[in-house]
Amino acid sequence: MKAVTVLPVLAALMGGGLLFQATDGFRAVTTEGARRIDVAENPTLVPDIVLEGMDGKTVSLRPIRHETVLVEFIYTSCPVVCQEAAVDFARIRDSLTEARANVRLISVSFDPVQDTPGAMSEYGAYHGADGTVWTVARPDRGDLDRLLNRFGITVIPDEWFGYQHNAAIHLVDGAGRLAAIYDTDAVKQVIDKVLQPDD
Amino acid sequence: MTERLWGGVIILACITLRPFAETDPVVHILVQLPVLAIAGYVLSPRKVVRPATAIALTVVAVTATAFWMLPRSIDLAVANGWADAVKFVTVPVCIGMALSMAWPNLPDLVRPFLKAQVLSMLGVLGFVYLHAPIRICNAYLQSDQERLGFGFLFVAGFLALLWIYPVFSGGAFRAPARNDVRLPI
Repeated sequence: MKAVTVLPVLAALMGGGLLFQATDGFRAVTTEGARRIDVAENPTLVPDIVLEGMDGKTVSLRPIRHETVLVEFIYTSCPVVCQEAAVDFARIRDSLTEARANVRLISVSFDPVQDTPGAMSEYGAYHGADGTVWTVARPDRGDLDRLLNRFGITVIPDEWFGYQHNAAIHLVDGAGRLAAIYDTDAVKQVIDKVLQPDD
Repeated sequence: MTERLWGGVIILACITLRPFAETDPVVHILVQLPVLAIAGYVLSPRKVVRPATAIALTVVAVTATAFWMLPRSIDLAVANGWADAVKFVTVPVCIGMALSMAWPNLPDLVRPFLKAQVLSMLGVLGFVYLHAPIRICNAYLQSDQERLGFGFLFVAGFLALLWIYPVFSGGAFRAPARNDVRLPI
């Protein structure tokens, strides 16, 4: 190989290698995509946080009887995204209840200041979350950052006094590990994963 | 010497204005990043390099551009000060400085090829940011994303006019002087 061509080829190889690394093997160009790949490949324990539920009762984020826990992050005054996600969450709850799956669903508020137990109850009643299989809960204000960081949720205020955030359904397996992340409307995929976790 | 001073001033200004620039993705990506690259150009020693070195430097610049074009890199720069520091070094050095030395020494075919790539890539980015059904950056709002999409198209249109103008003014038919160091636009 001529000496003059070595340098460009070397630069191209290094550049390609860098971009390969930076995109998890050309699989993820967004932070959200990278988060989902990371979670699927390296499931790790979710923090042992106790949440406050609709009726003021405590709600464990980690599974208690080896059940699968489905978690989505919301704020109850959300005008569109969370409400649509809640409709799909209700469908998932209905299908899994029918299939007698060992599962709990939690809509976790990342706005514990506005989302009082009363506001959460109202949201729950509107969407049919009665606290048995599906409940609405909020973390202690001191736990909020740790919780959002661990799940990789970025919340930014929008121009209408609300928030925008990466919306998704998080699957915590029976061992308490965050094991998969799905789009909020991936109803069938979530149901299949809960019923056949090893597929 | 004064050029070096100006380069330093531009970078310092970018660092100082960082909190303001990075709250708006249009300013972050279409103002801060190009200004940092220009600072690299101003600070560049602009040595004459061999064609092979020029190609290698161009590959470095294209790689750095591709890296900072990734939405996750931009998210990281907003969320993490260290990542942002890497941006403040790599954009001037790997894009502005590298391109300033490579450009005048590139084979004649490569320059228009790169310009065409820049235009088509800006067009694609504009389309993606205007039509993506999801938020591409966690750090920015959906409405910001759409403004950025229009921004990409606007810049693509502006550069297309800038680069097509010599064809109509006759400037394109003059043979460019070798090693004539100019801003590569």
